[in-house]
Order: sequence, then structure tokens, then C-alpha cells
Amino acid sequence: MSLLDLILILRDSLWVCLVTDALLWSLFFAFIVGLFIILRSPLQRAVWRKVFQQRMAVVSAVVLASAALVALLDSIHFREPLPVVSTAVALTDEAPATPTVPAPQLPQVAQLRYGVEVRSVLDLLLSDLRQNHEKTYSAPLALHLSALEPMTIVLPSGEVEVRREAPRLKVAGQAFPPGPVSSTAYWSDIAYRFGVGALGGLLVFVICWMVGASLWRLGCRLSRVRLEPSVRAEAMASRWAALTLGVLFVVAGIFSALSTNFHVLGTDKVGQDVLYQVLKSLRTALVIGLVPTLVTLPLGVVLGLAAGYFRGKVDDVIQYVYTTVSAIPGVLLIAAAVLSIQVMLDNHPEWFATAVERGDVRLLALCVILGMTSWTGIARLLRGESLKMREYEYVQAAKAFGVGAGRILLRHILPNVFPIILITMVMEFSTLVLAEAVLSYIGIGVDPTMFSFGLMINNARMELSREPVVWWTLTSAFLFMVLLVLAANLLADAVRDALDPRSERQS
Amino acid sequence: MLRYLLRRVLYAVPILIGVNLITFALFFMVNSPDDMARMQLGVKRVTPEAIQQWKAARGYDKPLFFNESVEGLRTVTETIFYEKSVTLFAGEFGRSEDGRAIGQEIRERMGPSLAIALPTFIVGLGLTISLALLLVLFRGTWLDRTGVVICVGLMSISSLFFIIGGQFVFARVLKLVPISGYDSNPWVAWHFLVLPVAVSIVAGLGGSTRWYRTLFLEEIGRDYVRTARAKGLSETRVLFQHVLRNGLIPILTGIVVVIPSLFLGSLLIESFFGIPGLGSYTIDAIAAQDFAVVRAMVFLGSVLYLIGLMLTDLSYTLVDPRIRLK
Repeated sequence: MSLLDLILILRDSLWVCLVTDALLWSLFFAFIVGLFIILRSPLQRAVWRKVFQQRMAVVSAVVLASAALVALLDSIHFREPLPVVSTAVALTDEAPATPTVPAPQLPQVAQLRYGVEVRSVLDLLLSDLRQNHEKTYSAPLALHLSALEPMTIVLPSGEVEVRREAPRLKVAGQAFPPGPVSSTAYWSDIAYRFGVGALGGLLVFVICWMVGASLWRLGCRLSRVRLEPSVRAEAMASRWAALTLGVLFVVAGIFSALSTNFHVLGTDKVGQDVLYQVLKSLRTALVIGLVPTLVTLPLGVVLGLAAGYFRGKVDDVIQYVYTTVSAIPGVLLIAAAVLSIQVMLDNHPEWFATAVERGDVRLLALCVILGMTSWTGIARLLRGESLKMREYEYVQAAKAFGVGAGRILLRHILPNVFPIILITMVMEFSTLVLAEAVLSYIGIGVDPTMFSFGLMINNARMELSREPVVWWTLTSAFLFMVLLVLAANLLADAVRDALDPRSERQS
Repeated sequence: MLRYLLRRVLYAVPILIGVNLITFALFFMVNSPDDMARMQLGVKRVTPEAIQQWKAARGYDKPLFFNESVEGLRTVTETIFYEKSVTLFAGEFGRSEDGRAIGQEIRERMGPSLAIALPTFIVGLGLTISLALLLVLFRGTWLDRTGVVICVGLMSISSLFFIIGGQFVFARVLKLVPISGYDSNPWVAWHFLVLPVAVSIVAGLGGSTRWYRTLFLEEIGRDYVRTARAKGLSETRVLFQHVLRNGLIPILTGIVVVIPSLFLGSLLIESFFGIPGLGSYTIDAIAAQDFAVVRAMVFLGSVLYLIGLMLTDLSYTLVDPRIRLK
């Protein structure tokens, strides 16, 4: 699909803004704003330079950023227009050649209809992967189905024999002529595509890097920011970022070159490409990892700081609330809430126009519930901190000057607990992503119509007992999930090492 | 001490009432019993009579808080809130969807749950503490660094993968142990228990080893350790006699809270390995949307958590004589 087609489709479509789309994009813009604030203050810059002096942090950040890019592309949704069938055309029984473009001589039909399927920009980019269905399971890079089927074969002698064989795939391997493919032809095709993909990825990466670097320099010159003398650590960081990006580009190049003729990660039970599912799952994972924070943060920070600062009655009430919430076993509370919401959604099918919107509301509800159950940890942590800080001299001095409680909390205490909040949030991300898998397995996770790692694992569980063993769905979900969570964990470690004052004396 | 305990017990009561109110609100106010009936009956069989019958059979046909059709105290007792929530305090859990007594079921299923949870807890604790000590002994070397990296790697793998992978490799391919099942005879049961216990230990290894390592490292920077070294004690003796004993304080007090909850078993392990414990009971109830069972388990879970909090306070006084409870 060319870029022009993409833009044309986007122009004619009905844009759908799902709630989680809006949240994910606003989180992204908040992140950009935060980045600018950090870059402008020299103190913050020094702190974050410490984070990115660790090469694991740089690598993880790049990996996470590319996952975020996929998720953001997957968060622009629209409904494609249905082919306009005017009555005149229908009467003459002529199928319109290019249905998306209405015939110019006809008066434009006012009511344009849109398909019920909600797609995203990522779906458009991957439309080959999405549409190329096989019949059922096929192994990665396979040419044949993984299941045997009875096939009638006409022998040279003219007899007809029925054998059970694995038939050739419908979509994959079209570059080969029908009939058996020799193993040299097969492997040389793979090697050729692999090489082309790798070289192409590398080339694109080099071009992007050079353009990016010169734009960066130009931007610096125009805004008259004098670059600080390049420190060795910074050179190291950018080298590792370049290396990771390069590897990612090459891998992406190989995957896309191979998927012109193969299913790189195989296909699942209904013949859908596993690579497509894995990429779609990234968005769900990121939503689950990030959106609950929007609930956790206000609740945890406000209640925690207030409990520690005001003490007395306020403290008692807040402590009572968070002990009560944390007394309920987390999984059960989530189960209870999700079941209730599911009953509500099932009884009101009229609320949603499409299945995607329904699944999205359920995802949002899951995020809110996860947030409601996980704020107790940070509230307890911050209560302790503000209990300690209210006795510090600068807080006492502010109080003596007659500064109000709200202002003290906002100006004097909040900035000092900010590192703790940040560390908790980054660490929470991987916990939440892992929790999604478990919840989806129990059946109280995301909507079964969506894509998520948990659902993939859940479906793949039974596949291991098949003959031949279907291992690729599980392995792909495993690899991508581990990559995402590992990157988050490593980044969390680096952030903690740099920001937590306590960790300095440990080393 | 006794007065302190009494106060803690009294303090637990309002929390349990709060838990009760939250679950009640979730189950009966977000959705009416009619919604639940529709869900359980399925789309085809929903008629107003069927819903009424379903509700009457389970006692959901009464008003939520006040029953104005009856006299006296019974205006409060003949309500859903009293019959379904307040009676939980007396240990009456009611009946599940299939009509079995939940209390009886819980008693029967505690055994298998403990058979998994207890060995996991004890062996896992011993193993993680030894590993953490090993990493601390070799701190700063490549062994320590690789160990930490492995820990972070283990933490990043979903427990589902450990379970599915373990089951596949050891039960299906190598055929060392049966895939799933349980037996009440302990001499037979251990065949079934080895793999789930091993898998849950490995799944929890990364996080706790790294956490204990941090605790030990914090301890190693203290003055008494320097004194011990200045005295001329060998590094291993410093580690085992001083650091271990002091480092155990935060570890023990941190894990006491989970001990009562061991009764509840592990949701995932039990359902994957077919252990008839409380964890698989809960999972089945969630899958069947059996609200009565989920409610009972929420209540039981919070009671056990509160007992755990109390035990934590007690354990502070036991391991650290400087702390006195008032």
C-alpha cells in the first residue's frame, strides 16, 4: 500500500476516537511536555543524564519508545467508508470499478455509510498481514499447513489416490511455482529476502540517523542553544541508542522482507498471522501499563500526602480506607469489579456502535479497576515521607511565615517526593503488564475480541498438546512480552539508581 | 501485650465491615439481582417468571436494606444485606450456584491448597535467602552482576510461561511427573506436587532474591559490621553471624503477613495442575460467575490478611526486642 492510498483512505473515513486512544495520546503529549521541562532546567538535566549514563537504560528506553510508536499508530482509529452504490449503477447491474470514488456526474449521496469494522493506522500499514489468512495453523516460515488433509492425487499411471498430506499454504510461498519446492530453492529464497531486508533496514536507518542528526544540529543552531562540551558518557549514550535503533531497524527490515512471502511467526488456529497479533498486543499492554497510573497517581499522592501532613483524624480515615482496600485480595476485588461491569455491559448492548468500542470501554474499566486497587502502596509510602518531611526546618519555616497547608504540600513537599512517585510508577508498569496476562487467563482481563498477550497465551495453552506441537504462538507472545517487561524493569532500575538517594550508599 | 492484641482485633472489625460494604456495593448495587439472574440463566431462558424463581431460590428476592413488609427486627434481618453480608461474620458462607455449602467446600479444599503453598513457602524462602547471601558474599564480582541480571530476567517472565513451559517440558516431553491431578494419599500425592511446587518456587525466585540481596547489602554497610571486621572476623562469619541475623528481621516481618493467606492457595498453579484447592475453587467460581463463592472468598481473604497484619506486629516484638507493643 502506498502512502497516497493511505492518505486517501484516511481522508474519506469516519474518525473514531476511542477513550483509551485519547488517554494514550494525552499521556504522550504530557510526556513531551515533561521532556521540555526537564531539558530546560539544568538541575533536572543533570539528574536524567545520570539515568542515561547507564547503557542498559539507553537500550531499554529505545526499545520502549519503539513499542510506544507502534501503540500510538495503533491508537488512531477510523471506520472506512463503504463503497457508494448509487441506484443508477445498481439498476444497470454494473459493478463500479473504483467503488471508493463516487462517480462525478452523479449527485453526491449525502449519506455516506461506513463499515462497522474499526481499524487503526497500524492496521492499514499492516493490511497485508491482517488480510492474508491461511486456513489454520502453519509454522513460522512454513510453506505447508501444520495439519494434514486428505488430498486426491492423480498418479502418472492415471490412477487416483487419496493421501493425507499437508497442503500448500494459500498466501505464503506464492513466489514459488505450485508443486513441491526444492529445499535449495526454499532456503535461497529465505536467505535472499533476509539479506535484502537486513540491508534495506540498515540503509533506512543510516539515512534516518543522518537526517535526524543534521536536523538536530540545525535546530540547536537556530535556537542558539550552545551545546555543552560533549561528555564521554553522552557520546556513549548516543552510541548505544544508535546501536539499538540500528538493530531494531534491521530486524524490522528482515521481518517485512520475509513477510512478503512467508508468515514469519506462523499462523494461529484461524490462520491469522501471529506477527500481526503480537504487534496489536503491544497497544493493549501499554494501555494496561500506563492508564491505571492516571487513577493511581491522584488518589495515592493526594491521600498519602494529606494523611502524613495533617495527621490526626484525616490520617485515621485515610489509613482506614487504604487498609480496607488492601485487605481485599487484589485478584478477587478485580474479579468482582470486572464481573459486575461485564454484567452491566452485557445488559446494555445499545450503548456501543461497534464491538471495538465495547471492548475499549471494558479495557478502560479494567484500567480504572487496576488503578483503584493499586494506589494503596504509593499512598502508604508517601504518608511515611510527608510524616517525616513536615518536621523539616524548611517546612516549619514556611509554616511560621503563614503559608497555607495546600501551598506547603504543593511547593515544598510534592517536589521532594517526586522521585519516589516516578520510581513507583515506572516499577508499576511491568507489574501491570504481567498482571494483564494473568487476568486475561482467568477470564477477567481484556475483551476476548481484542488482541493481548494474555489472550494469546490463553489460546496457546492448549496448542502445546497438539500433534505436531504448535509452539510458535506461545513463543512469539513470550518473546515480545519478555522484551517489553525486561526493558521496563531495566529502565526502572536505572531510574531508581539515579534518583533514589538511598541507593547511592549501597554500591 | 494482651490489651494491644484486643485493640487490634477491635480495629479489624470496622475494616471487615468496610470490606463487606465494598463487596456488597459491587455485587448488589452496581448490578441488580435481576441482571445476575439474566446472566446465569442465559439469553434463551429469560422470562420474568424464571428470573423470579431464580431469585427466590437463592434468597435474592428480598429488598436490599429495609424490608417494609415485615414487622419488628425482621425489617432488617430479612434483607439481602443481612442474609448475604452480615452472616459472613458468623462464618456462614451460604451456598454456591450448584447448591453446595461453601463453608464445607472451603474446609475440604484447604488441605490440598496448603500441600502446595506450604512447601513452596518454606523451600522457596530457604532457597532465596541462601541465593541472596551467595550474591552478597560475592558482591561486586561478575557472579553478583550475572545473578542480578538473571533475577531481573526471571522477574520479567510471566508466571504463566513458567507453568506452561514447566508442564510441557517435565510432564509432557520428559514424562517425569504426571501432567496434573491430585490424590488425598500423601504417598501418591507427592508425584503430583513436585512440579507445581518447583514451578512456583522458580517463578517467585527472581523478585525475592533481588529484594533480599538489597536488604543484606543495606545491613552490610552498618557500623557493627565494620566493628566485626575490625575484630578480625572472617568475611563468611561476619555474613552468617551478623548480617544474616539482622537482615532476617525485615525479611521475616515482611513475609509474616502472607502466612495466613497461604490457605487460599495459588490461583494459577492450582488451576493448571488440577489441584482441588481453594485457588482452583476461586478460579472456577470466577469462570462460572458464581457470585456467592467470590463473595465468600473475598471475605475469607480479608480476614486472613488482617490476621497476617496482627502476626506482623507480634513478630516485630519476637525478633526485635527493642520494639514493645503498647
